[in-house]
Amino acid sequence: MRRENVKNSPTNYGFIPYLCSLKKLQSMSRVITLREALGEAMSEEMRRDETVFLMGEEVAEYNGAYKVSKGMLDEFGPKRVIDTPIAELGFAGIGVGAAMNGLRPIVEFMTWNFAVLAFDQIVNNAAKTLTQSGGQFMCPIVFRGPSGAAGQLAQQHSQTFESWMANVPGLKVISCIDPADAKGLLKAAIRDNDPVCVMESEIMYGLKGEVPDGDYVVPIGKAAIRREGTDVTIVAYNKMMEVAKEAAIELEKQGISAEVIDLRTIRPLDHKTLVASLKKTNRMVVVDESWPFAGVSAEIAYEMQRYAFDYLDAPVVRVNAADTSLGYAPTFVEEYMPNPAKVIRAVKEVMYQKA
Amino acid sequence: MSEVASPPKSKKSIVKYDKTTYLTWFETMYRVRRFEEKTLFAYSQQKIRGFCHVYIGQEAIAGALATGIRPEDKVVTAYRQHGVALARGMDSNSCMAELYGKSTGCVKGKGGSMHFFSAAHNYFGGNGIVGAQIPIGTGIGFAEKYKGTDNFCVTMFGDGAARQGALHEAFNMAMTWKLPVLYICENNKYAMGTAVTRTSNVVDMVKLGLSYDMPSEQVDGMSVEAVHEAFLRAAKHIRAGHGPYYLEIQTYRYRGHSVSDPAKYRSKEELEEYKEQDPVFVTQNKIISENIASQEEIDAIIARIDAEVDEAMDFAEQSPYPLGSELYDDNYVQQDYPYITD
Ligand SMILES: Cc1ncc(C[n+]2csc(CCOP(=O)(O)OP(=O)(O)O)c2C)c(N)n1
Ligand SMILES: [Mg+2]
Repeated sequence: MRRENVKNSPTNYGFIPYLCSLKKLQSMSRVITLREALGEAMSEEMRRDETVFLMGEEVAEYNGAYKVSKGMLDEFGPKRVIDTPIAELGFAGIGVGAAMNGLRPIVEFMTWNFAVLAFDQIVNNAAKTLTQSGGQFMCPIVFRGPSGAAGQLAQQHSQTFESWMANVPGLKVISCIDPADAKGLLKAAIRDNDPVCVMESEIMYGLKGEVPDGDYVVPIGKAAIRREGTDVTIVAYNKMMEVAKEAAIELEKQGISAEVIDLRTIRPLDHKTLVASLKKTNRMVVVDESWPFAGVSAEIAYEMQRYAFDYLDAPVVRVNAADTSLGYAPTFVEEYMPNPAKVIRAVKEVMYQKA
Repeated sequence: MSEVASPPKSKKSIVKYDKTTYLTWFETMYRVRRFEEKTLFAYSQQKIRGFCHVYIGQEAIAGALATGIRPEDKVVTAYRQHGVALARGMDSNSCMAELYGKSTGCVKGKGGSMHFFSAAHNYFGGNGIVGAQIPIGTGIGFAEKYKGTDNFCVTMFGDGAARQGALHEAFNMAMTWKLPVLYICENNKYAMGTAVTRTSNVVDMVKLGLSYDMPSEQVDGMSVEAVHEAFLRAAKHIRAGHGPYYLEIQTYRYRGHSVSDPAKYRSKEELEEYKEQDPVFVTQNKIISENIASQEEIDAIIARIDAEVDEAMDFAEQSPYPLGSELYDDNYVQQDYPYITD
């Protein structure tokens, strides 16, 4: 699932006015991996602001369990790049306290599955510090790590957390694997004065993309149209973007023009971009690795019937992970995960065509 | 047995137990060693996928589990668990088939390397969330006390897991309520790439129990006899209703944390130092040099286990994958649970 031929990719940076400047910047750019892009985002922000520091399991001496923080200990030293014991609840809480007291922590979870231990601090404290203190204390903290299944890792290591965190008022949630955008979004998250949960992807860290040189941020809360189309809108985020894009290419061959939207931010949801696209295509499929019940796709379907009811030519159809825990065998992974074939089937359904 | 480069130092030793005990230790430990070596081989062939953490180096604990506790006692541990499951008496076929993700696996291909379970063997599983099994094992012990048995729950965790807050909550309640739990910290010196010395001011892991006045011992985890004896002392204390017991078992993993870890954070010398005390070889040598059993008897055990593990690989290879639709089995006990499928 590499992003092929970056130069000619249908990424529509012109669609969102802000990104025009990003397009210009691209004259000076390099092709790097998502892993490197995220590492650059952290390093640049740490150079820019000495209150920013990184903390988590294996982030320093081991250079990160997935090597995202490679080289950061060497550059910033052990005061600012800190290996923690395996104590998610404790170090997330230490992050919250440090954020309340003037620092800007980046807390890395080896994966979001382990952040479950820290939900108390994220949900009960980070998300509520500002309101509880009547606006006196803010909590500018970033919680980041991979979310979603990564092959045959079985039940406890395969979960998707976007919809969990997006359910919580007080938190912002980013989930994007496009290297350039992920970098700009992470930088925005570090500068943001609210707590931000950043969802990455274990199996996408090696994804390559063109990343602009120099300092830039991508604003939180804006979706991106990656491919323009007229017949149906496919909405996705994180590694489901690769599934959506693959499906769109196949649909093109079958004469169906799909518009593909990358949410990039889950909370706040950019429903305006979705509604605008739906008004054009009148049909929508959501590809969402989170479980169906009360997931991101459920929220999008609600927003569409609420704000674009008269434009819908068919009910919004979603393609989710199965409504089960994920078992280890390859046959379970195949059954569980959204894939291009399932997306194409859903598109045919909203177009009232035979599969 | 390719793991040991040089022959172990011969230690002065005395023969304290009967022949069956020594042979049980050797057989259990050799089975684990062989099983794990074949596991690594199958992983390199991509027959086994995902995270895979082997027990090579820590076999003395498996050996002692086979002799130091009763079948009715309960056991729960983390993801480094193949050896523990085998020590409980689970058969190589169903364990290997599980690693291959086959429907004949001990959990029907649902769990893979990190999650074996067997109700029949009182094996409460491999847990993938570091430290989660510490309170769970405490609860399993709680239920034994509640039901009025004299069984206990062996609750195993790594040195890394010992830094989770859950340990302290569990230790405190177990001591307060005098629960029948044998806590075992398998201190193999590293949690992934993090040495114990970098995780705390208290690097003497045995002290973690002392702060709750829990009887606590440090044990030489390269010696199956030492571990066995510690189990017997602990079992006596726990079965008498005196509450939990804690062992810090000092051991070592020869391999990286998981198959994908090159283990660059430690020295070759350190590894060699432990290999010289290799529990499988030390036990084998003692059996021969002290005339506990003959070389032929040892060779016969080796041949039998080698054949058993080979046959387990064939069994795994030939077994079918579960059907994708079986993903919907066993998520709820309720048979007609209404899953969302569109
Ligand atoms: C809550 C949680 N955090 C992090 C991880 C990732 N992880 C898996 S194993 C491990 C190291 C555990 O080391 P230790 O407890 O010493 O056991 P060992 O691997 O040495 O047997 C880590 C950090 C996890 N599985 N669960
Ligand atoms: Mg360890």
